[in-house]
Amino acid sequence: MISELFSTTVLIGILASGIRLATPYLYAGIGETFSQKSGVLNLGVEGQMLLGCFAAFYVVFTSGNLWLGVLAAMLVGALMGLAMAFVTVNLHAQQGISGIGFYIFGLGMSDLLFQKLMGTVETVQGFPKIHIPGLSDIPGLGEIFFSQNILVYGSYLLVPLAWFVLNKTTLGLKIRSVGENPDAADSLGVSVARVRYFTIILGGTLSGLAGASLSIALLNVFQQNMTSGLGFIAVALVYFGAWRPVGVLAGALLFSMINSLQIWIQVLGIPVPSEIAVMMPYVLTILVLVATVSKVRAPSALTRPFERED
Amino acid sequence: MKSKLGSLFTALLPVIATLAALAVGAVMLLFLKVNPLEAYRALLDGAFGSTNALAETLVKATPLLLVALGICISFRGDVINIGGEGQMIIGAILATWIGLTLVEWPGWLVVSLALLGGFLGGAIWGGIAGFLKAYFKVNEILSTVMMNAIAVQLMLFLLRGPMIDPVMAERTSKIPETARLLEAFRLPRLAPTRLHLGVLIAVVLAVLVYILLWRTTLGYRIRAVGQNPHASRYAGIKVQRYVVVALLLSGAFSGLAGAIQVYGVNYRMITDGSASGFTGSAGFNGIVAALFGQLHPLLSIPASILFGALLVGANSMQRVVQVPSALITALNGLVVVFVVSSEILRRRSQRRRLAAGKEESPPKPDLPRVPLEEAKQ
Repeated sequence: MISELFSTTVLIGILASGIRLATPYLYAGIGETFSQKSGVLNLGVEGQMLLGCFAAFYVVFTSGNLWLGVLAAMLVGALMGLAMAFVTVNLHAQQGISGIGFYIFGLGMSDLLFQKLMGTVETVQGFPKIHIPGLSDIPGLGEIFFSQNILVYGSYLLVPLAWFVLNKTTLGLKIRSVGENPDAADSLGVSVARVRYFTIILGGTLSGLAGASLSIALLNVFQQNMTSGLGFIAVALVYFGAWRPVGVLAGALLFSMINSLQIWIQVLGIPVPSEIAVMMPYVLTILVLVATVSKVRAPSALTRPFERED
Repeated sequence: MKSKLGSLFTALLPVIATLAALAVGAVMLLFLKVNPLEAYRALLDGAFGSTNALAETLVKATPLLLVALGICISFRGDVINIGGEGQMIIGAILATWIGLTLVEWPGWLVVSLALLGGFLGGAIWGGIAGFLKAYFKVNEILSTVMMNAIAVQLMLFLLRGPMIDPVMAERTSKIPETARLLEAFRLPRLAPTRLHLGVLIAVVLAVLVYILLWRTTLGYRIRAVGQNPHASRYAGIKVQRYVVVALLLSGAFSGLAGAIQVYGVNYRMITDGSASGFTGSAGFNGIVAALFGQLHPLLSIPASILFGALLVGANSMQRVVQVPSALITALNGLVVVFVVSSEILRRRSQRRRLAAGKEESPPKPDLPRVPLEEAKQ
C-alpha cells in the first residue's frame, strides 16, 4: 500500500492538489505580511476568512455569478479590516486580543448567517479549471501546474506583485518604515495611521479572498468553521517566511504539500490513523517556528500602537 | 466628585461594553425579523428563570472561571495564552485515564488524583508553549493555537481508538466517548440539581489566585515581567523562567477545568467530533470572561457567571425564538473587541488623575502592552 504512494499518477495527484491547496494560505499570508510589515499583528484572519467563505458561497449560491461572489468576499473582508484598523489604530487596542475578538465574531457570525440563510450544506459549481492549449497537455507537468482554476493562478501572481510593492515602490517604503520606526516615519511626514489603515484593510480584503478561494474554487461547499485553523496557520506562515512574500510562498507550499499527502494517504487507505495525519501540519508548524523564528527579526514596531508624543 | 464619577465610569466599562454588544445583537435580531425584547427575555429566563436554570448557569460558569483564572495569571505576565481549549482537553484525558485505570482505589483518592492529573496535564500542555516562547522566541499565540488543534486530534484518536467505551466499540456507528466513570468517582452534587462541588473549588481557587498574584513573590514577579521585562531583568528577575511559569500555571487551570467537566458533569469524556465538542469553547470563552473581569481573579467570578448565563440563555433563545446560539458566539467576540477598545478610556482617565497629582489609589495595571520579544534584543 505504501508503494502505491509512489506511483506516478498518485505523485502527480499529490503535487497538483498541493499546488491548489496553497491558494488560501497565499492570499491570507500575503495579506498578513502587509499588515505585519506596517507593525500590526492581525489575528482576526480566521474570522475574516470564514465570513469571506460564507459571503462568496452565498452570493454564488443565490446568483450563480462567481465573480460577484469573489467581490462580496473581498468586500466583507475589507469591512472587517476597516473595523480592525479603527480599533487598533485609533483606539490603540491590544492587537492580539482584539484579533481574537474578531475571530470569535467571524466564527459566530458566519455560523449564524449559514443557519439562518441556508440551513443545510449545499454545493455550488465553483471556478472551472483553465485549459491552457499546449501547456495543459504536457504529461505530468500539465496536470500539476497548468490545469488549475483562476483563483489559484491569482494567488501565485500575488507573490511577485507583493514583493514588488513592498520593496520597489514608495508605498512599500512607507509601509516598512511605519513598521520599523513609526516615530521617524511620522517626523518625515508619513501618516502612520493612513498607512496602517491601508495595510489592515488590504489584509482583510485578501483574507476574504482566501475564504472565497476555499468555498467557491477549491471545496465548493460551505460548512460551519470550515477553515478550521487555516487562518491561524497563515499568520504563522508570515513568521515562517520571515516577513517576505517568497518565504510565505515556500511555507504555503510546504504546508499544502503535506496536507495533500495526508489526504492521499487517507484516500489510498494506508493504515495511518487519520487523526495523526491531520495533526501533522500543526506539529510541523510548531517545529518550523522553532527552527526559524529565533533567527529572523520581526518588524520592530510589530504589535506596538503608535501614539504621537506631544 | 468629578474624578469619582470618572473612576465609576471606568469601572463600569466592561458592563457598558457588554450592553453595547447586546445593542448590536438587538439590531441583528431585527434583521432576522425577531423581536429583540422577546429574544432577550427568553435568554434571561433560560439563564435565571428557575432553580435548575440558575444551577445550569453556574455549572456552565465553572470551566469559564477556571480558564479565566489561568488567563489572569498569563495575561498579567504579558503572555497571551490562547490554548485553553487544548489544555482543557489534555487535562481531561489524563484525569479520565486515572479514573478508568484506578478502579480499585477509594473514591475520594481517585477524584483528588484525577483533579491533580488534570492540573498537571494542562500545565504540561501550557508549559510546552511557555518553554518555546522563552527559549526559542516562538510566538505563544501561534503555538497555543496549533497545540489546540493537536490536542483535538489527539482526543479524537484516543476516544475513537485506545480509550473508547468497550460497549461503543462493538457498535457500527460509534460515538467518540470513553466508558463511564464509577459512581464513587463523581464529584458530589450540592443541591438536587446538576450543581456540583467543582463550582466551590473554582471560587476557592479564585481567592487563592488573587493571593498568589498580589501577596506572593512569585505573583509579584510574574506581574513585574508582564509590565516591564527590561526593568525586571535589571532587577535580577529571570524573565524567561517566569514566562514559562505563567504559561504553565495558566494551562494548569484550564486542565483542571477539563478534569472537572469530566468528573462533575459528563462522568465520561465525550465529544461530537468537532473542535469544540468536548470543551464547548470554554477555553475561548474563559478568555472573554477574564478580560471582562479586568484580569482580576475575583472580578472574574461575576464575569464567568455572566457568560455562563449567556451560554445557557442562548440555548433557550434558540428554542423559544429560533435564533441560532451562534449569535451569542458572535456577540462574545464583539464584547472582547469592545472591552479591549475601551481600555483607551481607562488609560486616559488614569493619566488625567496622575496629571492632576491626585494619586489616590494605585493605578490599575494596563493590559500588557510591551511585547516580551523586545526585552530579549
